[in-house]
Amino acid sequence: MNSPLKRVAVACLLMFGLLMANVTYLGAVRAEGLREDSRNVRMLYARYNIDRGWITADNGKTTLAKTVDTGDKQFRFEREYPLGKPFTHVVGWFAPESAAGIEAAMSRYLDGTHPDLVVRRAIDMVSGKPAKGASVDLTLNTKAQEIAYKDLAETGKRGAVVALEPKTGKILAMVSVPSYDPNPLAKANKATVNKAYNKLDKDGDKPLLNRAINLTFAPGSTFKTVTAAAYLSDDGSRDENTQVDAPDSLPLPGTNISLPNYHGESCGGRATLLEALTISCNTPFAIMGMDVGYDKLKEQAEKFGVGQPLKIPLEVSPSDIGPDESKAALAKTAIGQQSNQMTPLQMAMVAAGIANQGTVMKPYLVNKIMADGSEIDGTDPDELDAAVSPEVASELTKMMVNVVERGTGGAARLPGITVAGKTGTAETLPGKPSHAWFISFAPVDDPKVAVAVFVESGSAGNDATGGAVAAPIAHDVMQAVLGR
Amino acid sequence: MTAKRRGAQLGMLAFAVLIVMGAYASVGLGINGKVPSGMLGYGLGLGGLMLAAYLVLARWAPWADPLLLPLVTLVNGIGLVMIYRIELAGERLASAASQLMWTALGVVMFSATLIALRDHRVLQRLTYTAGFAGLGLLVLPMLPFIGREINGARIWVGVGPFSIQPAEFAKLALVVFFAGYLVAKRDVLALAGRRLLFIDLPRARDLGPIVITWVISLGVLVLQKDLGSSLLLFGAFIVMLYIATQRTSWVLIGILLFIGGAFVAGQIFSHVEARFDVWLHAEDQRLYTAVGGSEQLMQGQFAMGSGGILGTGLGQGYPYRIPLSFSDFIFPAVGEELGLTGLMAILMVYALIVERGLRTALAARDPFTKLLAGGLSFILAWQVFIIVGGVTRLIPLTGLVTPFMSAGGSALLANWMLIALLVRMSDAARRPPPQAIQDEGMTQVMQR
Repeated sequence: MNSPLKRVAVACLLMFGLLMANVTYLGAVRAEGLREDSRNVRMLYARYNIDRGWITADNGKTTLAKTVDTGDKQFRFEREYPLGKPFTHVVGWFAPESAAGIEAAMSRYLDGTHPDLVVRRAIDMVSGKPAKGASVDLTLNTKAQEIAYKDLAETGKRGAVVALEPKTGKILAMVSVPSYDPNPLAKANKATVNKAYNKLDKDGDKPLLNRAINLTFAPGSTFKTVTAAAYLSDDGSRDENTQVDAPDSLPLPGTNISLPNYHGESCGGRATLLEALTISCNTPFAIMGMDVGYDKLKEQAEKFGVGQPLKIPLEVSPSDIGPDESKAALAKTAIGQQSNQMTPLQMAMVAAGIANQGTVMKPYLVNKIMADGSEIDGTDPDELDAAVSPEVASELTKMMVNVVERGTGGAARLPGITVAGKTGTAETLPGKPSHAWFISFAPVDDPKVAVAVFVESGSAGNDATGGAVAAPIAHDVMQAVLGR
Repeated sequence: MTAKRRGAQLGMLAFAVLIVMGAYASVGLGINGKVPSGMLGYGLGLGGLMLAAYLVLARWAPWADPLLLPLVTLVNGIGLVMIYRIELAGERLASAASQLMWTALGVVMFSATLIALRDHRVLQRLTYTAGFAGLGLLVLPMLPFIGREINGARIWVGVGPFSIQPAEFAKLALVVFFAGYLVAKRDVLALAGRRLLFIDLPRARDLGPIVITWVISLGVLVLQKDLGSSLLLFGAFIVMLYIATQRTSWVLIGILLFIGGAFVAGQIFSHVEARFDVWLHAEDQRLYTAVGGSEQLMQGQFAMGSGGILGTGLGQGYPYRIPLSFSDFIFPAVGEELGLTGLMAILMVYALIVERGLRTALAARDPFTKLLAGGLSFILAWQVFIIVGGVTRLIPLTGLVTPFMSAGGSALLANWMLIALLVRMSDAARRPPPQAIQDEGMTQVMQR
């Protein structure tokens, strides 16, 4: 009977082999998928069992997101956002099944799973401490952020504010209105969180959207700075005193309609570039746009960052000047209309680029990453592109200073500080209120802050241009950053 | 000549108890951050129990295989620790104290079997008794008054406050019956009979009793909806028939019969079809949420996936999220906390027990011992394959206990008896043959 017994032994070996192979398949090959299955409640527990790092600003002095030990066995650590609404779109939230903002983008640092943190995690594991993530310090200036949110919310409109440090690209403020309280979304209870989320999701004002980086709008006259940059760069002999045609009305080629100036005002037929920008004439910039052509205008815009996918580390929707359709379309594109669509961040980058002698810095939100009191990583400022030469930048600056001192941007004036700016009023649909814009930077001789303010449908009446609605907000934000 | 290797056995036994103690301490540290207070009593209890088992073995089966007892101690201990861990997590039905008590009874049963059964060949004389006993045990739960239905399966018999699953003992009796009967009839089964196509069919009167026993037992189990046990007995019968007759054709016939049977069962019993459905499409959300659907199976999978290669560590995972994590699904529960590494080790321990049993069968000197040892070893391997394969989704799930690990007294007692039989047979197989008597002068010539 030994030979069948040996075969049975082989069969038994085979059975154990199959079991071992299957166990290996589950524990090694399929493990990741099984672990992350949404029905696997362990993921949820695990999310709340990590002492996530805090999110701070002002070099760690202000806490934007913190972890609270509830002592609960299954949902031990809960997230709290002490400063709430003004910071929601940047900081985000950490919900049972999802996350947003920095909470999502920097999650691997915050929960300690990032490869940079492997050694610390291993030490925690051996010493039996609960896993602790690294803290993320943001570039935000909380005073500027809060005043931006307060001012914008007080307009009762939707909108966004972005403030950058021109020399580094640090994002000093990024506000989107309407905002919402992130705290109810950070609870461990899936059902109540989903209910709160769905309510926000259904809201007609779309509070979940970050209007500063994820929606694009017609930039209106603020885009004239880009057109002027292209026009000045196109021919080295031009400067702010170059005379340009400024008819009261410009017949658009290939159509039977004419482009008027704002409210049909007259710019006197001929004007210097300085005058044209100061009182924001439409016709000269439409002519300049047609003069340099679509390709050069687009190229200029791209040098300011338009069309480039950016991660700050939040994903930024690319801006776009629109397709090359016709001369008439180009004329309107040049004054920030037609299919020209920019994010508020993009317009802030235009202001910052001009402020920084023509060099656009890559915008970023993460100042540094801290673990156990020491810095383990930080962001080094990085050039995005040289948008214009320092000469062109200085000519543009002179023009923009004039806008604030003698033109449409008077509301942004700061005592004792030279401010450069540009207003914008972008028409939307016929009969609908226009968008109000303002971009600016200060101080001109040593720029510390560049701002873009956008108020959606903010120009309700005929008299309210970007200068009236948006410029005062920029004024307050700049003041907050400059500490006056 | 084989050595007794008793020192090695004692050393390994101590090592097994030590591993279990470490695991026990690790559970306490993982859950409460301190070593469990009952640690010493628990350790002394298990250690003392196994020392007693060792002493009985050393006295009554000195030549026995030195590996069997330590290996069984290890899996039994890991099972105890896991049940303790799940009980600590608040699972009402898991009771480490009760499992420890049953383990003690199991060791008593092991010792009693070794002491009472000095020569296992006695069992050969009890072939038909064993057959009837096996059938009787299977039918018991169907009887009124003593039969109990728990969790939808009528496989229990109530004795006072205790509930016993007679099928666990029936499988031992039936293996003894198969072995005795097949040894007696193996020549006629293999040689006499007609040839049909390419298969030699034995005579009906030779095969009759065993087929009848087998059909009745399977029928009863199917009526009791105990799919696992029916599959277990079916496989054991086919394999023992094969060992006895050496005819591969039996295995083929068996497999064909099984496929046919499974098909018919799938047509008749809706729960058989449902099991297949759940097995094939476990991740399907519809089946996941269905009553009696794939949730339990998937929870087991999630546990193993979450455990990964090294596991979360004892007391640090959520194995109690799996329904029946302390009984049928103890294997994935261990997988979550001890990881792939721990599961491989446990499978290896089972494989070694089976291997030692089969080695005993190979070394045995008489056909009955070979068949009984082979049958018992195979039934152990087959049981591990069915339940572990079931809970890890290798094959459709049929409820069975994981030998020595799952909570459950009857199975523990029966399996300790099974090990006692293997130990007894290995003692006989490894014992040096009696010395030939040298004194010619004493030889007497038989005269008539």
